[in-house]
Amino acid sequence: MKSLADILKEIRPEFDFTASSDFITDGMLDSFDVVTLVATLDKTYGISIDGMDIVPGNFKNLQTIETLLSKYKSPK
Amino acid sequence: MNFIFHRKRISGILTIVPANERSFVEEMKNFNFPEARSLKLKEVMGFDKHRIVEPGVCVSDLAVFGMEHLFKKGQLRRDEIDALILVTQSPDYFMPPTSSVIHGRLNLKQDIFCMDINQGCAGFVIGLLQAFLLLEQQSIQKVVLINADVISRKTSSKDRNSYPLVGDAASITIVERDVEDSIIHANLKMDGSRNGVLMIPAGGFRLPSTPDTAVLEDVGDNNLRAKDHLRMDGSAVFNFVQTEVPPLIKSLLEFAGVSMESVDYLFCHQANRFMLQKLADKMGVPYAKMPSNEVEHFGNSSGVTIPTAIIFNLQDRLVTEKFKVCIAGFGVGLTWGAVLLNLGRVNFSEMIEYK
Repeated sequence: MKSLADILKEIRPEFDFTASSDFITDGMLDSFDVVTLVATLDKTYGISIDGMDIVPGNFKNLQTIETLLSKYKSPK
Repeated sequence: MNFIFHRKRISGILTIVPANERSFVEEMKNFNFPEARSLKLKEVMGFDKHRIVEPGVCVSDLAVFGMEHLFKKGQLRRDEIDALILVTQSPDYFMPPTSSVIHGRLNLKQDIFCMDINQGCAGFVIGLLQAFLLLEQQSIQKVVLINADVISRKTSSKDRNSYPLVGDAASITIVERDVEDSIIHANLKMDGSRNGVLMIPAGGFRLPSTPDTAVLEDVGDNNLRAKDHLRMDGSAVFNFVQTEVPPLIKSLLEFAGVSMESVDYLFCHQANRFMLQKLADKMGVPYAKMPSNEVEHFGNSSGVTIPTAIIFNLQDRLVTEKFKVCIAGFGVGLTWGAVLLNLGRVNFSEMIEYK
């Protein structure tokens, strides 16, 4: 299974996502990139990220995205 | 706000789409983005084809074309129209009302109620509610509801946030009294404090169009747009829909005492595929019950997307069968509303091309 870093790299190959703490302010992800990222995460992990969670704060950096994913991947 | 209506029905729906079909792949070069990124978005959002009017085509042209088609086929008579409601955000003129222009071009009778309503993506819901209200009058037996927009003419072709999705179209819905004791439930909400989320900033009296308002500006994300163009805060619209629409529909179904399982179809405004599928997931509605395929074929034509989605998905079945349908529109204003009704066994259900 692809890692989160691999998925981000596929969307914006020109950036090093490990070197930023805020992808949005640093201009690495625009709002449509976030949409593409959510669709890819949904498909890769077999989840459906709730529309209410699709806010910039959840896609700021690798840690916030991992935190968001853990909410959907952890057993209920 | 809850509404309840008795003995009203939709007896026919016609959609008019421009023959001019454009494809996202052909238009990608207009956007200042790498092709690979645009192609990924195509899949997720449902960017594919959209229908755009030729230069100079106005709302009344689409409406008159459709009305003459119905007259010619004998599906509607000029003298039986007691009210004509036009819902549009792209009128032919500031004044007179475009409904008056349509009335004049069609030589309709003087004993008639014509009105324009300035509404967008919730315009089919708003128009239906107005039609039902008019039918409470004994003098009004048949209402023609026209939803029409040519918003492509006010959208920057270099704005990837809006242009790939926009479509032009018109629909004509006949609303009349029902001999059966049918009951229609509706729920409508508005929040004017968020009126700036979807707007065309210039061109009205607040900010008249000038050479300056026509200048393309870099508005971020490599998009170019003028103040004369449609401005959509995509993130705010997305969050508005995900927040407000599920409780709206839940509340309507509770009001009507109907479960989602007993609803055959949920026809929502066709904003884009991603937004609709997220909405369906949130409400636990199967995708087959809540179609999101209209925008990839025709584009988002504001208040016309719901009738277009109904015709595109049900086609001739709408003439022979009857369905319990929930329709939901949401957009400019902000406005969001839903109607629960029995829909079917109509006199006509057709889509035609404007040439």
